[in-house]
Amino acid sequence: MSLLDVTNLCKSFGGVRAVNDVNFSLEKGEMLALIGPNGAGKTTCFNMLNGQLKADRGSVSFQGQELLGMNPRDIWRLGIGRTFQITATFASMTVRENVQMALISHHRKVFSLWNRATNSYAQEANSLLQQVGMEHQADRACGVLAYGDLKRLELAIALAHGPQLLLMDEPTAGMAPQERITLMELVASIAKSSNVSVLFTEHDMDVVFAHSDRLMVLNRGEIIATGTADEIRSNEVVKEVYLGGGSTFDTGEKEKTSA
Amino acid sequence: MGFYLAQFLTGLASASSLFLVASGLSIIFGVTRIVNFAHGSFFMLGAYLAYTFVNILPHGVLGFWGAIIVASLLVGVIGVFLEITLFRRIYKAPELFQLVATFGVVLVIQDLALWIWGAEDLFGPRAPGLGGAVRILGEPIPQYDLLLIVLGPAVLLAVWLLFNKTRWGTLVRAATQDREMVSALGVNQSWLFTSVFFVGSTLAGLGGAIQLPREAANLLMDLNVIGEAFVVVVIGGMGSVPGAFLASVLIGELNAFGILIFPEITLVLAFLVMAVVLVVRPWGLLGKPDAVLRGADGPPEQPLKPFTATSKYLVWALAAALLATPAIADEFVLVLLSDILIFTLFAVSLHFIMGPGGLVSFGHAAYFGLGAYGAALAVKYLGVDMISGLVVAPIAAGLGALVFGWFCVRLSGVYLAMLTLAAAQITWSVAFQWQDVTGGDDGILGIWPAEWASEKMAYYYLTLALVGASVYVIRRIVYAPFGYALRAGRDSQLRVEAIGINLKSQQWMAFVITGIFAGIAGGLYVYSKGSIFPDELHIARSVDGLIMVLLGGIQSLIGPIVGAVSFTMLEDLVTRLDYWRIIFGGVILFIVVIAPEGLAGFARKILPESLTGKKNEGVQI
Ligand SMILES: Nc1ncnc2c1ncn2[C@@H]1O[C@H](COP(=O)(O)OP(=O)(O)OP(=O)(O)O)[C@@H](O)[C@H]1O
Ligand SMILES: [Mg+2]
Repeated sequence: MSLLDVTNLCKSFGGVRAVNDVNFSLEKGEMLALIGPNGAGKTTCFNMLNGQLKADRGSVSFQGQELLGMNPRDIWRLGIGRTFQITATFASMTVRENVQMALISHHRKVFSLWNRATNSYAQEANSLLQQVGMEHQADRACGVLAYGDLKRLELAIALAHGPQLLLMDEPTAGMAPQERITLMELVASIAKSSNVSVLFTEHDMDVVFAHSDRLMVLNRGEIIATGTADEIRSNEVVKEVYLGGGSTFDTGEKEKTSA
Repeated sequence: MGFYLAQFLTGLASASSLFLVASGLSIIFGVTRIVNFAHGSFFMLGAYLAYTFVNILPHGVLGFWGAIIVASLLVGVIGVFLEITLFRRIYKAPELFQLVATFGVVLVIQDLALWIWGAEDLFGPRAPGLGGAVRILGEPIPQYDLLLIVLGPAVLLAVWLLFNKTRWGTLVRAATQDREMVSALGVNQSWLFTSVFFVGSTLAGLGGAIQLPREAANLLMDLNVIGEAFVVVVIGGMGSVPGAFLASVLIGELNAFGILIFPEITLVLAFLVMAVVLVVRPWGLLGKPDAVLRGADGPPEQPLKPFTATSKYLVWALAAALLATPAIADEFVLVLLSDILIFTLFAVSLHFIMGPGGLVSFGHAAYFGLGAYGAALAVKYLGVDMISGLVVAPIAAGLGALVFGWFCVRLSGVYLAMLTLAAAQITWSVAFQWQDVTGGDDGILGIWPAEWASEKMAYYYLTLALVGASVYVIRRIVYAPFGYALRAGRDSQLRVEAIGINLKSQQWMAFVITGIFAGIAGGLYVYSKGSIFPDELHIARSVDGLIMVLLGGIQSLIGPIVGAVSFTMLEDLVTRLDYWRIIFGGVILFIVVIAPEGLAGFARKILPESLTGKKNEGVQI
């Protein structure tokens, strides 16, 4: 049994089949990239995996447990962390408090009415921030961070409850090329050291080829190819989709930062 | 049979005038997203102006209808004037600002009407040629009612044609869906909005004007009608004119038949129906889901800071001053100070749900009133002593918040605000109409403090102790994980759900907490006054709370305290004057337009860092 088994996953919006019969599985400690042109259905897939969106059909099993039908917060408690394509953080808190919030929830202290939140789990929050290289900004207001820093903060938040699986929707969107490499190296090293599996989408092919154990290509809701970096690079259908679809394998300027 | 038909027709006739007001409100909301309290004032002005013109113009059919039309159009022009001078400035402001600003307009218009037309009710003439009644199945039906029954659908048709068959209507509908799109079309958006205001307020004016033969023009019309108009608009779906029609008929008939079956709870019925509709269909009968919820625009709130050393000294100094005051102050000052303290707690509890909670409550008076009535009823029927009364107060209010909150947290944005308003109106109606138990309009008298607290000074210390402790506890909660989780949910619903927090239960609990503390304020209030009346539950009281919060500034925890103090003192000063409402309304409008960050926010900008603990980084509030 794999860590995550997705079978026959389907979702339509009106007439549009955003995700059509998707099947894949993810092993423990594996870095799996989900790539595909804009509008392929990547985010829709993620949203079904973390319970934000109801699937029309199919099954998602995480360590043998069916996820479809569960809500995001219960799925999170099973040990699945998520980052968003457009960052979702708490703008009126400091960077550290953002991470503390996840820790407070993890320790089931959100109904605590008396202790100071800023003093709760501060050490743990600091070391998470250190992991993503944000410790120097711990006391800054989250609302004034640069976008790339927000992405790193989101990673720290997603790591707070020691997840076994990370779902990362375009973790490096909006970052400078050098920053992307650094961030993905970081994710890869965390995945290795704590044996966390990562499913991520990414438009930057350098990043994808360098840091994934395996790739899946999604086009118009369907998986058209699965394999290692070399296999995907030489796959004719994939080339067709990317070149024909107007997107290219190289990245840089083509990057899109918002949905 | 004939009797029921007559009742049915009466229901339809009231539905028509209700529809005129509500459709105007709905149209204005649909396009501008402003929840306009002043719409009730437009209605009232329609009635008064019609009275004036009926007397000026020659008597007879032409004169009468001429007066009605002139009055309506004039109200439309007044609407345009207000749109250009005021509303235009606040389209992008948070709901709270808009609501309070429109309430400022209500106050100003009330006093202008008092000044122009006097305090007496003004009876209009019957409509010429329609003064009689026709017999239908043996029952006399006023001819004028029949006319109204026709008028409602006729106006619905006219509005429908206007919106669906004219270019203007197409543009307005486009603007309802997407404001940016219309400006992209190269249409001058501000004039589109202005014209919408004209149509909406003309309809309200017409609603008031045609009411003249049925009801004397009076100064209470504005707030009386606005509650029902809100209900209709919300039930129908905000922005939907056919929805407003359907809901008007529903409410009109409900009132007509409800009075036969449950004469004691007619006022509650409409609000109960609204609560049920909102829970089943959160966007009203014919409304569309409101995809974009507009929170507070502008820069995000700053992270919470602990007190700086200097502010700690100030807090202690203030506490010492408050403790020492009775030594030098006379009884009047102590009573005023007690009032200020009580309303401080009221405002702080409201701020808790609105600021960190991000939930705009238009009906906070409900919990204040539940606390006050809870204590008063316990004294009246159980003869409890003061301490028990003060324990009953927060329990009663907390239970009320537990029930209302359960419904409210299912909604968001304007709909949530409307449901909180409905909850408050329900409690008000019960207090007002359930005469046998609550004494109705006469209130409950003779709720005096215990012997040991009967001196003004003793009661002042009791108030100071309870309010001080409550404010301290609320502050602790805001800084505690619970308060943080609440803020977190306000900042990003997506993120809190993705880190395992159940936002709804967080918000529900916040409702209960805010209710409990408002209930303590209500309990203290009833013992300090010795009596309680339904007025304490009325919209005006809820709006008082909103004004206090706004006055102080929503983004700061000190804000509601500053707001409550300045509000209560200002009120104490101006209510002695004849035309205090106009001054008060003026102050409100001034603040909304000139100092939207509130007094505390304004001070924060100009005070030194040692007090505010702010760092000069990035955007300042
Ligand atoms: N809530 C929705 N309602 C209607 N259609 C939707 C919705 N969400 C997504 N879609 C459609 O589903 C398809 C897949 O969208 P999705 O956001 O999953 O793509 P994506 O692969 O994440 O693209 P991108 O690279 O741009 O982020 C698109 O055609 C999109 O328009
Ligand atoms: Mg996407």
